[in-house]
Amino acid sequence: MSAQEEPLPAWSLPAEAVDRIELPEVWPGEITREWAWGAATGAGVRVCVLDSGIEAGHALVGEVQQSVAIAIEGENVTVDEQDTAGDLCGHGTACGGVIRSLAPECELTSVRVLGAGYTGSGAVLLEGLRWAIEQGFDVINMSLSTTKQKFAGLLHELADSAYFRRTMLVASAHNMPVESYPWRFSSVISVGSHEQKDPFAYFYNPNPPVEFFARGVDVEVAWLGGGRLVCTGNSFATPHMAGIAALVLSNHPELTPFQLKSVLYLCATNVGGGA
Amino acid sequence: MTSDLHAAVAAGVLGTEESHRALLQSIVSVARAIFKAKASSILLLDEETDELVFEAAADEASESLIGRRFPSSAGIAGFVLVSRQPLVIEDVLTDPRFSRETAESTGFVPRGLMAVPLLHEERALGVLEVLDRPQDSRFTLAEMELLGLFANQAAIALDLLLRARRAESSLAGQGDLAVVARVAAKLEQRREEEELSPDIALRLLTELEKLL
Repeated sequence: MSAQEEPLPAWSLPAEAVDRIELPEVWPGEITREWAWGAATGAGVRVCVLDSGIEAGHALVGEVQQSVAIAIEGENVTVDEQDTAGDLCGHGTACGGVIRSLAPECELTSVRVLGAGYTGSGAVLLEGLRWAIEQGFDVINMSLSTTKQKFAGLLHELADSAYFRRTMLVASAHNMPVESYPWRFSSVISVGSHEQKDPFAYFYNPNPPVEFFARGVDVEVAWLGGGRLVCTGNSFATPHMAGIAALVLSNHPELTPFQLKSVLYLCATNVGGGA
Repeated sequence: MTSDLHAAVAAGVLGTEESHRALLQSIVSVARAIFKAKASSILLLDEETDELVFEAAADEASESLIGRRFPSSAGIAGFVLVSRQPLVIEDVLTDPRFSRETAESTGFVPRGLMAVPLLHEERALGVLEVLDRPQDSRFTLAEMELLGLFANQAAIALDLLLRARRAESSLAGQGDLAVVARVAAKLEQRREEEELSPDIALRLLTELEKLL
């Protein structure tokens, strides 16, 4: 749509407006991994890791384009856009390293929402997500969740607004019998773990709420002080899906979250992508 | 007032803190045995101080650990709590900074650990940790499932402990309710000893009516 044109009404498509929603790319008859992310490096894709921070310069992570810290004091939300504290736990560095291992040339931004204790952590998570969506990242990795019911509605609104603004939220699912968010929302990609070693092996789940299973067992990840750990958890399956999503967007930047999910589905190991 | 009375009766009947602690202790002992681990512990979140407190531990130094506190932002346990995500680490020695201070203060530095948040309804109550599984056994998702089941049980036990503590503290300084609690506790004790016949209960009620 050109800047001069009026936006289409939300409820209808007038006959003369059909050519205004013409899609820029012709899709092949069969969507393959080669078409989806063949030769892609993640270049041009902006990925945000909402976590405990990222240790910049770690051999498995490389350069971190921006480090941001979110804090709440009383009623005031502070966004430190030049945070230098790095990673307070190691977990965010691990997630950043997994993403870079798949999409080495993606742009990486760290938004620290964890590490300052338990109290207020739900509100900080919410504000961090709000900030990240406003920045228009292509992919946001969330290897965390909240169980607080009072945040569910707001998180749902944020997840939907991300979806409509072409920001793909990729969130860790839970393996315990509790309700937590935002992974349960259909506007995000929710991720559980499988036991295979191939970082590109991922499975579509026809029985949601978990939509995809990615590599999450015995993953060698980056940790604090230049260290490495072998870790297991959906926390590490999630950045695998985020990294693959970044690769697809690197080849096809025009894709909406709906289209991106469709491509990921068609290329899943159990759908046709394994061939 | 009704809820206070309920709390008083509950405090009398639900049992002591020791019995709930014994339940937690049993859970960590079984978790340690099932996973063939060197140690296992349950940490409770103290929301007032934003600290994690050792409530139960199964290992050589377990006694000295109970009651030890550290900030809820420290180490893997703190992260697991705030992120609500379970985490399994195979070899923490390769991490130069990871919660080493916390681990050393407990007198035990693990090589590997499994940590899972204890979630009850929408609250995160604490963390269950299982330390140093056998090194030759690879971690599988079936074990993660098992860990989740233990966590669920531990969360229920922690919730009971917290309820009992709340009930007890709600009685502090309230003489009449404390009496109700003691009466409830006595009746429960007699019932358990099978010495509470309908006859005794009726006589007690008659005397109470006379007094009140």
